[in-house]
Amino acid sequence: MAMFLIGVIGVVTRRNVIVILMSVELILNAVNINLIAFSRLAGSVEGQVFAIFIITDAAAEAAVGLGILIAFFRNRETVLGDEMDLLKW
Amino acid sequence: MPTEYFLAHVWLIPLFPLAAAAVMLLFGRHLAKAAVNVFCVGGVFLSMVYAFGAILQLLARPVSQRVVEYVLFDWLPAGAMHTTAGQLARFDAPWGYLFDPLTVVMLGVVTGVGFLIHVYSIGYMAHESGYYRFFGYLNLFMFSMLTLVLANNVLEMFVGWEGVGLCSYLLIGFYFHKKSATDAGKKAFIVNRIGDAGFILGVFLMAGTLGTINFTQLWPAILSGNFHHGDAALTAIALLLFVGATGKSAQLPLYVWLPDAMEGPTPVSALIHAATMVTAGVYMVVRTSAIFSMAPLALEVMAGVGAATAIFAASIGVLQTDIKKVLAYSTISQLGYMFLACGVGAFSAGVFHLMTHAFFKGLLFLSAGSVIHAMSGEQDMLKMGGLAKKIPTTYRTMLVATLAIAGIPPLAGFFSKDEILGRAFGVSHLLWLVGLITAGVTAFYMFRLLFLTFYGESRVSPEAEHHLHESPASMTVPLAILALLSIVGGWVGIGGRFEKFLEPVISPPTIGMMAEGPASPPNLSLRHDEVTAPSAPREAEKEAGEAAPESLLMIVSVAAALVGIGLAYFLYLKRTDLPAKIAASAGGLYRLVCEKYYVDQIYDAMFVNRTKDLALALGAFDRIFIDGLFVNGAGRLTRATSVISAWWDKWFVDGLVNLGARIFWLVSYPVRMLQTGRVGSYALLIVLGLLVFIGCYIHAAGFKMEHLWP
Repeated sequence: MAMFLIGVIGVVTRRNVIVILMSVELILNAVNINLIAFSRLAGSVEGQVFAIFIITDAAAEAAVGLGILIAFFRNRETVLGDEMDLLKW
Repeated sequence: MPTEYFLAHVWLIPLFPLAAAAVMLLFGRHLAKAAVNVFCVGGVFLSMVYAFGAILQLLARPVSQRVVEYVLFDWLPAGAMHTTAGQLARFDAPWGYLFDPLTVVMLGVVTGVGFLIHVYSIGYMAHESGYYRFFGYLNLFMFSMLTLVLANNVLEMFVGWEGVGLCSYLLIGFYFHKKSATDAGKKAFIVNRIGDAGFILGVFLMAGTLGTINFTQLWPAILSGNFHHGDAALTAIALLLFVGATGKSAQLPLYVWLPDAMEGPTPVSALIHAATMVTAGVYMVVRTSAIFSMAPLALEVMAGVGAATAIFAASIGVLQTDIKKVLAYSTISQLGYMFLACGVGAFSAGVFHLMTHAFFKGLLFLSAGSVIHAMSGEQDMLKMGGLAKKIPTTYRTMLVATLAIAGIPPLAGFFSKDEILGRAFGVSHLLWLVGLITAGVTAFYMFRLLFLTFYGESRVSPEAEHHLHESPASMTVPLAILALLSIVGGWVGIGGRFEKFLEPVISPPTIGMMAEGPASPPNLSLRHDEVTAPSAPREAEKEAGEAAPESLLMIVSVAAALVGIGLAYFLYLKRTDLPAKIAASAGGLYRLVCEKYYVDQIYDAMFVNRTKDLALALGAFDRIFIDGLFVNGAGRLTRATSVISAWWDKWFVDGLVNLGARIFWLVSYPVRMLQTGRVGSYALLIVLGLLVFIGCYIHAAGFKMEHLWP
């Protein structure tokens, strides 16, 4: 839970997109730990299966996110989230 | 080959040149010169073969069956109508071909001379650009001319008539980079339009009066319509048709285009503006001779105009120095002879002269072309001289042609000219005298041309001297053939044989003839007594002509020619200083003739410039009233009213729209504040929203902390 919160706060507060992406990884890993813990508690393997899916997903997400980031950097020469202000009407 | 194969395939004759013309004008650009020759000369050769085949097969028939008419298809079926004479007639214009002795003469001339000139053109045009274009136009001309000649009704003839006019325009303006050539082409076209307007009006009137426009039905229509000799309607038709003829055949007052038409290449001048197209007027008059025979006034006008043109043009020809211009005025003068012949009722003599003229005038032009070719394009006779030794073949053919046109027996021109003069003498001594003087003047200026060009000292410029050469065989062989024809061509007329040959076409139909005709009215034999009525005056004329001392007339006309030749010899070979002195002493008269009686200037002042003034006035009217008052005025008015509606639109219609937008803009202000566009703030909102959602969920589920820690 603490790790999850650290991740959330990281996503919301940091300006560097790389750090934000790292925070997203933190959130995902927090969820993983959570899933595994509950799976152990419930005596079922479903949680562990989901955790493996999420690890795969996180890898793909990191690749796509970094790809977008590189493309963005080429266009705007910045990696600061503050300056990504095109998402408005 | 079936019997009368060629006679049954007359319709093919115009199609060969048409096909060649189509190939040339569509694909000619990509063809080699040899291919152009094969197509174009071959096309004309084929039509010549078919034409002469048909001619021979027609001549093989007995005299009474020498009219063949084919109708290919109904062209303009117009249904029944009442003629102005009150008769019910079925008027329709078929597309058909008429083959009779008159066609034989014209067809022989057109395809024969046409083929020779095509062969000649291979040599003459060898160094010109636009080779395929030239031959394409020439073949198109052949098609039009053959349509004109073979037509079995006036309207179809008109199609060919306009076609040759178009080709004439195209070929006069062949050197389109020269302004004088394009101007000459336009002049020819426009002047011909005036004549053609008369022609087509004549056709309308003919259709309305006689109810038919088919040549073979003219006599029956006239005879069954109770027209008396000198009927006003018939006279009007004849005069209108003659107006058309004056345009095409370059008679007073519409002759002005022909001298300018010499801007075209010389083979064109020979083929179109000497041998064939310009004689179309004569041909048309002879074809419709039924109407002319009933209109003595029109005949008188025609004889007068013909004689006046003959002597007028001949007098201009005396002082021209351009070798082709001399020949052009000579052509006008000789065409005047033909109309003179038709005007005195000697239609066959006119056609006879047409034929011999086609030979020797075609030869004259082609020889002149050979001279010009040898002189590298020089046309001024004052810069020639002494060419007889340099280009002997051309000289010999030119000599033959000159003797022929001068009317020296036994060459072709003598027989036809003599026949015309003889017939003219029988009608009017004045006409005969004019014709005689013209004959003398013609001999004079033709020999002046010959002496200036081929005799005396050479006045050739050194550059031209360097290139001086005899023309290639493709040019000299047609010259030789035409020279032969110019010598023997007149012999067919000896003893009135030519006139008898054309008799079935020109005179009113007899019973035997009509039985052969395709559309003979059954009751014609009853009217046979009327048939002789209109021809009675003609027979009287004929008798008068025969009564004149014919051998004496012959001697007088030859003497006139010899006097002309002698005078030319004296002035241009013996005493070469005299012409300048005479010119100096004659002063004003010399200038008047030299400037062609200022006719071009008078036409410019009277018609051309007035037309231009009218155009300027109409232009000003257009600018001030149409453009200024109506178009621009309407524009201004619309603009003025649009200011008001623009104000209304801007402040009221747009204002309403903007007001709505402004209201929404204001209302949306708080919402807009949320949308910062920054990713971070959106992420924060997501988290907050999630928290709120979870909170709500927990609250709704009645969740208590105790559940978590049981």
